[in-house]
Amino acid sequence: MDWTAFSLSLKLSGATVAVLLIVGLLVARSLAWRRFPGKSMIEAIVALPLVLPPTVLGYYLLLFLGRRSPLGSAVESLTGETLVFSFGGLLIASVIYSLPFAVQPMLQAFESIPQGVREAAWCSGLSKWSTFWRIELPLARAGIVSGMALSFAHTMGEFGVVLMVGGNIPDETRTVSIAIFDKVQSFEEASAGSMSLVLLVFSLCVVSLVYTMNRNFSARVRG
Amino acid sequence: MRREPGLYDEPEFFGARQGLIVLTDQGLRLRLFQTRPIPLEVDLECRPGKLLALVGPSGSGKSTILRCIAGLYRPATGHIRCAGATWLDTGAGIDLPPQTRKAGLVFQDFALFPHLNVQQNIEIAVNPGFTKSGRAEKALQFLEHVNLAGLEKRFPHTLSGGQKQRVALARALAREPAILLLDEPFSAVDQVTRRKLKLQTLQLTRGLNIPIVLVTHDLEEASMLADTMCVLHAGKTLQSGKPAELFERPESTLVARLVDVRNLFPARVEAQLPGLEATRLECSGLRIEAAYHPGYLEGDDVYWSIPASSLLLHSRLRPSKGIRENPVEGRIFELIVIGGICTAVVRCECSRLDFTVELPVHVANRNRLRVGELIGFSILKKSVHIMPWEPPHGGSPRPQDSSDSTCNQNGWPDRRP
Repeated sequence: MDWTAFSLSLKLSGATVAVLLIVGLLVARSLAWRRFPGKSMIEAIVALPLVLPPTVLGYYLLLFLGRRSPLGSAVESLTGETLVFSFGGLLIASVIYSLPFAVQPMLQAFESIPQGVREAAWCSGLSKWSTFWRIELPLARAGIVSGMALSFAHTMGEFGVVLMVGGNIPDETRTVSIAIFDKVQSFEEASAGSMSLVLLVFSLCVVSLVYTMNRNFSARVRG
Repeated sequence: MRREPGLYDEPEFFGARQGLIVLTDQGLRLRLFQTRPIPLEVDLECRPGKLLALVGPSGSGKSTILRCIAGLYRPATGHIRCAGATWLDTGAGIDLPPQTRKAGLVFQDFALFPHLNVQQNIEIAVNPGFTKSGRAEKALQFLEHVNLAGLEKRFPHTLSGGQKQRVALARALAREPAILLLDEPFSAVDQVTRRKLKLQTLQLTRGLNIPIVLVTHDLEEASMLADTMCVLHAGKTLQSGKPAELFERPESTLVARLVDVRNLFPARVEAQLPGLEATRLECSGLRIEAAYHPGYLEGDDVYWSIPASSLLLHSRLRPSKGIRENPVEGRIFELIVIGGICTAVVRCECSRLDFTVELPVHVANRNRLRVGELIGFSILKKSVHIMPWEPPHGGSPRPQDSSDSTCNQNGWPDRRP
């Protein structure tokens, strides 16, 4: 059992979820309730990581985060470290890769709030900002929590993109899924088996937690 | 000091000088115009303490007008003044957001906040200038005002339709609005509750000294609750007036149809008799004497109407007053009793006109009215209302030209089924 890999995975997933909470809310909230030309295009871009092979995504990330890219060289001259094959690069890759898992439930949750309820809030004197905090956010809570839980679980299990962008550096980029792959490669079946089981149980718990929470929430709100 | 007349007599100025409440500018004054995407041609006003009902078929723009007042919809051009403040003036670039308009809106489906309990739903609309406990106290006051004390901790999904409606009303009032807007507030409530709610709403809102605008497609509701009723069609305000006035004296056949005037017939002005204070009409062979209507020439094609309740039944037991005015005889071929009112459709055999007569049930019973019986009634002269000719349903310009209906000897469309 590679506990370093496990804790690295937890750290990466936690950081990804933290970033995605902000990014996902921004994207979902600005897409919800609006009709504008090109909306489908933006939705398609957000959903793209769902269907794109991780290797393709990883390749382009390497291209854009690499030492020869403007972003990569800027970060390297600032910090003295490369973006690729580092935790930072891995975080950027994970955020992009898990974006649809965060945005889609959040977007759905926002769009399921009736327009009349938001208008009632404005007519009760609530500013757009207080309407967001006091009405939209609580009503979209279930979607936001599912989005976070799903992107957490998805990041815990991601493999292809990590391998492409992060490589296999212990305590820096070697996550659980990479470690499992490693163990299988070196015929350490017992270790691979125990790590797989932990990941399986963990994912199952997260997903069933999401379902339970959604059911309880909608029961309370909609009767 | 010498008073300059003119200047001081201006009520607004005088009121401002005296620090009094300015009565002239406290109500709602509204003009809207646009052609697309929803056509609007609206001119309305409503004084404080009065209830204005907007009626019209669905899609006539009633709700859009309410949304314009609340600031949820911006018309192409318009001017809205309420409580002495300009809320919208497209010419001057003024368009206050809903948050600062102080309009209390009760939504058609109530739009309560599902995640907040009843008290929180109301509290959220209370002026944030109050302290937390002050707001809670206010919310409870409003809850008591709508007779819902004790339900403050309940969530909206546990309430009945009528209770939800009253929470929505309390929330709208909690804002201490300058105008109350009710968008079909009784449509999502069952029949029995609806009647009770209407009475309660009437009581609750009568004490308020603000204009109230009610949107409804229910004419009965409008005539029961409204001081002024305004008929809308395709976004245009056609006629405003007291409900009775609209039913008795619609300005056009369109208004007459929209307020469901059932006795509406085409006719021709036979004679103008100002000396006798009468206008005589010829209608499918019937000669009808109406009160004098100036403005029409002999030979003009017109429409005339009479409320179903203004046709006077000739009692079969003893003669009653007024039977000499425009007597008509016909056979009852339909008899319906709803809520104490008996509605009879009487086919007048000589003219083939169908009149709808409304009578209290006890009168109908005492006279033993049955389908197939011959009865006599009078068209009371003062209740006959004449309006200008309009081609029926946008069709032929004159009845003679109508090709889809057979004509009788008088040239009018045959009304027989």
